[in-house]
Amino acid sequence: MDLEKKFAHIKGWGVDADPENEPTYPIKKYTGDDHQRTNWERPPQQPVTVEILHSNERPGVSAVFGTSCPPEGLSGNIRRYAFKHSESSYGHWLPLLLADRVNVVEGIIDDLKKGHVPNIFAEKGWKAAWKYNRAGLIKKIALTALATTAVVMLYKSARSKSR
Amino acid sequence: MLAMNYRGPFRVRAEQKPEPEILHPEDAIVRVLRSCICGSDLHLYHGLVPDTRVGSTFGHEFIGIVETVGSGVQKLKTGDKVLVPFNIACGKCAFCKQELFGNCHESNPEATAVGGIYGYSHTAGGFDGGQAEYVRVPYADVGPVVIPEDMHPDDAVLLTDVVPTGYQAAEMGGIKKGDTVVVFGAGPVGIMAAKCAWLFGAGRVIIIDHLEYRLDFARNYAQCEAYNFRSMEDPVLFLKKTTDWFGADVCIDAVGGDAAGNAMQTITGRKMMLQAGSATALHWAINSVKKGGIVSIVGVYGPTDNLIPIGNVVNKGITIRANQASVKRLLPRLIEHIRSGYIDPKAIISHRIPLEEVADAYHMFSAKLDNCIKPILIPPSARQ
Ligand SMILES: [Zn+2]
Ligand SMILES: [Zn+2]
Repeated sequence: MDLEKKFAHIKGWGVDADPENEPTYPIKKYTGDDHQRTNWERPPQQPVTVEILHSNERPGVSAVFGTSCPPEGLSGNIRRYAFKHSESSYGHWLPLLLADRVNVVEGIIDDLKKGHVPNIFAEKGWKAAWKYNRAGLIKKIALTALATTAVVMLYKSARSKSR
Repeated sequence: MLAMNYRGPFRVRAEQKPEPEILHPEDAIVRVLRSCICGSDLHLYHGLVPDTRVGSTFGHEFIGIVETVGSGVQKLKTGDKVLVPFNIACGKCAFCKQELFGNCHESNPEATAVGGIYGYSHTAGGFDGGQAEYVRVPYADVGPVVIPEDMHPDDAVLLTDVVPTGYQAAEMGGIKKGDTVVVFGAGPVGIMAAKCAWLFGAGRVIIIDHLEYRLDFARNYAQCEAYNFRSMEDPVLFLKKTTDWFGADVCIDAVGGDAAGNAMQTITGRKMMLQAGSATALHWAINSVKKGGIVSIVGVYGPTDNLIPIGNVVNKGITIRANQASVKRLLPRLIEHIRSGYIDPKAIISHRIPLEEVADAYHMFSAKLDNCIKPILIPPSARQ
C-alpha cells in the first residue's frame, strides 16, 4: 500500500524518514577528538569562590559550575564524605540521599532562626488541593488526625499502665 | 528577585533571593519571561534525585531577555530575546564537538556521567534554574538561540526541552517507514515523541499511560492509538497480541523513575529508594519490543542501579539508545517544523500560573489535578 497516501492526514508524515537512520547518533558525528584526550581549548576557569565538591572521577572542577547552596552543617559533612567515593559506588549516592533528608531538617531550623515559621500547608500546595481535590485532601487530613489520635491514646494508655 | 525555593520533598515556595551575577566571562544574565515545570522536575520535587539541596531553585525550561553579558560574550547582546536549551554546554570539549551537547565535560564538576543542567540538583552542576525572575546563563554564545520574530513565545519555551526531547526519542528509535512505535508515558514528552514518530515515517503509533485525560489528549494531539494499562491484565501481553505476536519495532520510555504500574518497582524504586526510581516503563519497553528491535530512553533515572531485565536485552538482541536531548543540535530542524505546521508545541500548555503560586503549581502537576498536561510559570516582572 502507498504509505504516503495512507498517512496524508498526518501533516509532515515521513519528512524525516531516512533509511540511513541507524541508531548510531554519537558515532555518526564522531570526530576522534576524544582520542586526543584533553586536547581541546578549555574555556577560562570560573574562579572558585565557594566550596565546590567535585567528582573524584575528574582531576579538578569544570570550567564553569553552579554556586547554589554550598555544603554546610551536618548535611555538608555527609556530602563531603560522599564525594570521596566514585559515581559508580553506593558510598557516593546513599550518603547524598541521607544528606538531602538531613538538609530538610536544617532548612526548617534555618527558617525558624530567621524568625520565619514555614507554612508547610502552603508549601505543599494545599490551596490547589482544596480547590481541585477537596475530597482527597479532607480524607488525607482525617487519616492524619486519626493516626495522631491513635498514637496519643496508645501513649496515654501505656503511661497509665506503667503507673 | 522572586524565585522558586526547594524546601524538601513535596515542599517548595516562592521567595525573595539575591539576583544572579556574572561569575565567568562567558556568562549572561537573562530576565525570565516564562518558565515551565517539567515532568523531570517532579523527580526532584519527589526527592528522588540525590544531592538536591534545600534552598535551590529549579527550572530548566525558560525563555527571557538578555539583561547583561560578560566580557567574553561575542554574539549575544543585551535586549536579545532568547530561548535557552536546558543543557549547559561549552561548545569546545570533545563531546560538544561531536554535538553531544547534553554530555559536555566543562559544565558540571559534581558528576562526569551528565553535563550541566539548569536547576537540576548538584548532581547536574548546582546551577540555579529559571523558575525565577533572573537566571545566570553560562556559555552564553553556545546555548541560547535568539527567538525568531515569527515565533510565539509559548512555542519557544517548549523548544528548550519538551519538543527536542520528544523528537530525539523518536530519532534514537531509528524509525523506518511503516514501523510500529510504542511510547510509554503520555506526559508532555511522550505526547511529543508520539507526534514526532510520524515525522520519521511510523506506520502505527501507540501510547500507553494510566490517566484517561492524558490518553484523550494524546489521541487528539498526536493522532495515535492510546491505551490505559490499568485496564489491561498485562501491557506486554497486550502489545504482543496487537503486533501479530511479534512485538513493536521501536519502544520509547518517556517516563523514567516516577513510573507507576508495578508494585515491586514502585515499592523498591519510589518508596524505599533502593533503586534509582521505578523502572516499570523500561521493563515493559524491553519486553514488548520485537527481537532485534530498538528501545529509546529519554525518561530520567537517578544515577544508582535499577532492576531491569538485562537478560532479555541479550537474548532478544535489542539495541538500547538513550540520552539527554542535544537541544542545540536539533533546534534548526525543529524551528522549520513549527513553521511548516508539522508540530504545534504551545497546544500542550494547559495552565498558566503566576510564579508566586509555584507551590500550588507543583502540587497540581504532581497530583495531576484539573487535567494538568503542562504548566507554565510567569514571573511578576514579566507581567507588567
Ligand atoms: Zn524538562
Ligand atoms: Zn563541552
